[in-house]
Amino acid sequence: MPLSTQSQADDEQYVLVASLDNARNLSNILKAITFKDHAIFSATPNGLKVTVEESKCLQANAFIQAEIFQEYTIQEDLVGFQVNLTVLLDCLNIFGGSTVPGVSTALRMCYKGYGYPLTLFLEEGGVVTVCKINTQEPEEPIDFEFCSTNVTNKVILQSESLKEAFSELDMTSEVLQITMSPNQPYFRLSTFGNSGNAHYDYPKDSDMMELFKCNTTQTNRYKMSLLKPSTKALALSCKVSVRTDSRGILSLQYMVRNDDGQICFVEYYCCPDQEGEEE
Amino acid sequence: MDCVVTGGNVKVLAKAIHSLSRIGDELYVEPQDDGLALRSVNSSRSAYACFLFAPLFFSRYTIPSTHTFLCKMAIKSVQAVFRSLASLEKTVEKCHIKTDEQKNRLTFTLHCKHGLLKTHNLSYQDSESLQAVFDKDSCANVFRAQPRLLVDTVMHFPPSLEEVTVSVSSERMWIRNHVDEEADQSKAMLTELCLASDEFDHFVVQAHNSVTFCLKELRGLLLFAESTGLPVSMHFDAPGSPVVLSVTDSVLEGNFVLATLSDDPNHRGAITPPPPPPDDFMNDDIDSYLIAMDTSIAPEPSATGPPTPQLANSTCTKQPAAANHRRRLHSEEEEEEEDETADSDKPPNKKFCSLFFGSVLPSTSQMSTQPITSQEVLASDSEDDT
Repeated sequence: MPLSTQSQADDEQYVLVASLDNARNLSNILKAITFKDHAIFSATPNGLKVTVEESKCLQANAFIQAEIFQEYTIQEDLVGFQVNLTVLLDCLNIFGGSTVPGVSTALRMCYKGYGYPLTLFLEEGGVVTVCKINTQEPEEPIDFEFCSTNVTNKVILQSESLKEAFSELDMTSEVLQITMSPNQPYFRLSTFGNSGNAHYDYPKDSDMMELFKCNTTQTNRYKMSLLKPSTKALALSCKVSVRTDSRGILSLQYMVRNDDGQICFVEYYCCPDQEGEEE
Repeated sequence: MDCVVTGGNVKVLAKAIHSLSRIGDELYVEPQDDGLALRSVNSSRSAYACFLFAPLFFSRYTIPSTHTFLCKMAIKSVQAVFRSLASLEKTVEKCHIKTDEQKNRLTFTLHCKHGLLKTHNLSYQDSESLQAVFDKDSCANVFRAQPRLLVDTVMHFPPSLEEVTVSVSSERMWIRNHVDEEADQSKAMLTELCLASDEFDHFVVQAHNSVTFCLKELRGLLLFAESTGLPVSMHFDAPGSPVVLSVTDSVLEGNFVLATLSDDPNHRGAITPPPPPPDDFMNDDIDSYLIAMDTSIAPEPSATGPPTPQLANSTCTKQPAAANHRRRLHSEEEEEEEDETADSDKPPNKKFCSLFFGSVLPSTSQMSTQPITSQEVLASDSEDDT
């Protein structure tokens, strides 16, 4: 294992060292949030959080807990940097991202601190590639102030049933309208396209509905273009939790199971479309 | 209209719509006493397809008793209802189709597994009846084959190929790619397949003819035939008269009527060519290449369009197309053509037709001087004034 021959002395210079036997466990989950180049990395002793934002209206977070990594050492309480996500993904797949079982790329990711590049050591079949990606000044992620006490409605669905709906959604519609209600139609996705409108209704007692907790009837519209990137996360996930708070902000939490059966989370926050509302 | 389709029939309906989408951009929906008719015609009116689903196909079939209902809508939007054919079979238990004439909406409700309900409210336009004039029973050559045979045959042609030529003798059928006469013959690649009569379920040849027609629509029908496993019948006469491809079952019938390239008029069989249309190509003689389309205004109390001469003289004629009948239609067509000039939605018939019939048309420079005698008028048509 060439990666483990790194001397301990070297390691001590790094504020963050994270190793994975299978780089795909990281690249897959990062793909779920790739809709902009700039990604903010925040590492804490609990794990790594990667944030991507769009138009101050949409935020995607991928959480990779410390336990997912075979090695995870952090010298500070919070290590933050920003890198180009597309470049990082290209590097993680530098060996072609083979999906053949038994063949995987090992990864060791190191960061020395502010001003230093993010260094990736990638190894597959005895070949080691070292990639250095320049880091940028980390931006402050938007705080959507989405707090669980303000959640008015929440449903947890098996992703399977939402995947079908999202794959069929009428993309000529500018918005996706989400209705959550303690009464009929319980959970409804609506589109308003060129040829007419369409509704997808999920009854609260469906097998696909794991949890249904709706207190008030809420109908909000979200820009289709903003929600579209979330389908990448949906495709990878096995369960999804849909929540809205009193302001209509949408939180989509996806539970993603990786190749090794471990669980990671991807979260999307989206602001409602204000058009057509009183304000 | 209020009807319900259940189980495997939902997929059959979906396949029919997908295969109609190979023909045209619009779906004409007409609930009739003898079943639900779904039709489509291509923009150059050289191909027409109709599926008729008998009332027994549905688990509920009710149609307005007081008036005839007719509408047309973008076929893409209907296709979207049945977007994923693969999951359709596994997930959809019931499909409910209902009209809301107040809102001009056709509602498709799919009742899926796990209680998921998908509702599509599609807006439609009022339309006239669309009916091709064809008589497959009078055709000299009749064949019937399992869809597999034709699928395997068509497979050998590249997807870019537009037309195929089918030739028959009393023993065999040859299918080859059609090469435009203007194309450089030395560079063209020819692919020809020969099918023996015993590969067919039914093989009757009375006229040893060759017909050339578009492959795209045939592929569309095969899509349907293959998934339903229904044998495909083929009826044709002489070059220039349409080829009719059909599938039939106890509860459904599908007919695809495709124009064929016209041949030398001397080779014509029983069909009398109509008088030569006026010389002016730009006027309307291009419509003489069009396939038989007979339209009539439905007796709708709430007809939106202004009354046009069609109301008076375009009556529904579904009987076999006779030569004199065609002439009459042709004259009507000229009137209707004028009515339509203001209609910006009218498909660009002329361009496509001239492409489609490129090999029989004189080059454009000669066009205005040579009367075209080899085309026959099968149809008149008019669009809704919307």
